[in-house]
Amino acid sequence: MRLENLIIDDEERGVFRVRRRAFTDPEILQLERERIFEASWIYTGHESEIPSAGDYVCRRVAGRSLILVRSSDNVVRAFLNSCPHRGAAVCAAGSGNAKNFTCPYHGWGFANTGQLVAVPSQDDYPRSFQRADFSLRQTARCQLYRGFIFVNLDATITSLEQYLGGAKEYLDLLCDQSEAGLEMVSGHHLYSIRANWKLLAENTMESYHTPVAHKRYMGYMADRGVARKAMKRKGFGEILGQGHIAMGSAPPLGGKPIAYWSPLFPAQKKAEMQAVQQRLADKFGPEKAARMSQMSRNILVFPNLIILDLMAICVRTWFPVAPDYMEVSTWCLAPRDEDSTTRALRIDSFMSFFGPTGFATPDDVEILESCQHGYRNKEIEWSDLSKGLHKDKPTNADEAHLRGFWRQWHRLLTRSRDS
Amino acid sequence: MTEISAMVATRHDITRTMVEDFLYQEAALLDEWRLEEWLLLLSEDIIYEIPIIGMEQSSSDQTLFLLADDAQRLRGRVKQLMGTATWAESPRSRTRRMISNVRVRDAVRDELNVSANFAVYRIPQQSWRTEDGSNQTECFVGAYHYKLRSGETGLRIARRTVVLDVDVIRPHGKISIIL
Ligand code: FES
Ligand SMILES: [Fe+2]
Repeated sequence: MRLENLIIDDEERGVFRVRRRAFTDPEILQLERERIFEASWIYTGHESEIPSAGDYVCRRVAGRSLILVRSSDNVVRAFLNSCPHRGAAVCAAGSGNAKNFTCPYHGWGFANTGQLVAVPSQDDYPRSFQRADFSLRQTARCQLYRGFIFVNLDATITSLEQYLGGAKEYLDLLCDQSEAGLEMVSGHHLYSIRANWKLLAENTMESYHTPVAHKRYMGYMADRGVARKAMKRKGFGEILGQGHIAMGSAPPLGGKPIAYWSPLFPAQKKAEMQAVQQRLADKFGPEKAARMSQMSRNILVFPNLIILDLMAICVRTWFPVAPDYMEVSTWCLAPRDEDSTTRALRIDSFMSFFGPTGFATPDDVEILESCQHGYRNKEIEWSDLSKGLHKDKPTNADEAHLRGFWRQWHRLLTRSRDS
Repeated sequence: MTEISAMVATRHDITRTMVEDFLYQEAALLDEWRLEEWLLLLSEDIIYEIPIIGMEQSSSDQTLFLLADDAQRLRGRVKQLMGTATWAESPRSRTRRMISNVRVRDAVRDELNVSANFAVYRIPQQSWRTEDGSNQTECFVGAYHYKLRSGETGLRIARRTVVLDVDVIRPHGKISIIL
């Protein structure tokens, strides 16, 4: 297959284009599975979802069914949910707490550390049969960064910390918002888009569609008393290396429950939020405090984790199922020590924008599906991503950071696995 | 006296048939996109919510729901849906609501708790979706739990909880209509 003509990246001529075949070709998806999803650190869950020994959640990650467990020895492990005996799922519930997982087929029992601890009629097996050979299989690696759990299906790539590189500072900016740490609010939004997975990376990490595609959200905000001029924002777009990218802008659209009041919030919250702003400034200095509380920010950890620190913190991950179909999962992240009224406000704020019923996400879903449908018109071979290509200091409304994503995608796709 | 007969004693004037008529009328307003008229069926303290299955007992103050609208949010939702900038509903989809198994669960003073099963079909109308004839009919299945309040002007909806039987909105991808 010819991979060299998927991108035109020509700064001199001011051209950056992506061939639409990148969104439609099943062979490309197969390569993406092997060279990207099986060769990257992939976000799987948050530590707070499995706080106690024995807690587990089941997650579909890169086409695998995983059980993410906090084992009795307090280590977080990611098991493939398939019995080493003949393949049955050893865990059917979506979440819970278990000391052991017992396979429903022939009754093999596994400790939550993965060890095979019970084999009915083991005497019938030959002497060569060793229980130790049949532990629950783990992903090649499973590591945490400040509570975010990532797995890796290829033991040969760099450690998680090295992999995250420039994205770490941005995760820190998020995590430092609360001394007590962050936790995932219970509940989730699980939905899908009939479009190629990369379209969601582009869509979420690009802000100039907002006034057009999200006219409905802007209209809703205006009706709730947000001044139109407050919806005009200034910001940056940044390439963090290894495909990770960030963009941010101020003032935060729709407010920020951590410390930026908006007319969408109750009036009595205003003073409270100003106090939090002051506290952050005392602790981190005015500059970092302003970045934390008075700016919205989206970060993408390559290839498929996006954290949106906007009117609420949305953790979003998604996987391709087919070239034209992806499954999306999102969660709401919040400071652990948040008071109950701010928590309620945060959840409300999350639902107003994100998710299958929000005032924004459904319109993105609709439009991305129409983009994907549009690629049937094969005569139009290229999509343009040249916005801001000539600028020294591209903004959030440019596409410099998106080009960072695409270049890494292209690099990984076109390298051979064993080089 | 059983609970049921107590209910009959207090609410003898509201029959299940009356409740059914009310729900059918509501469904017709929604199917016909007469959403401003639909708003008139709601009481000012309305909660319209879609919890995530398995979490119906918790509150949207502490748990992420798919949706939890108060009157103000709902008026905003309707205004946007009736406008031209809700791309997911522009042009508006056709919908068809089937309601059955209506049960008046209890009635205390002027309030009735009513449950019903539903299937809501949605057929999008964007030209690019309909042109190739592929069947993109979506169906949402679940149960309604209403709190109805009877007053001078008839029944009003004080709570409208929609419990879907799936917790993944796939392959629908979105819930862009009032369920
Ligand atoms: S497949 Fe699990 S015990 Fe046989
Ligand atoms: Fe968007």
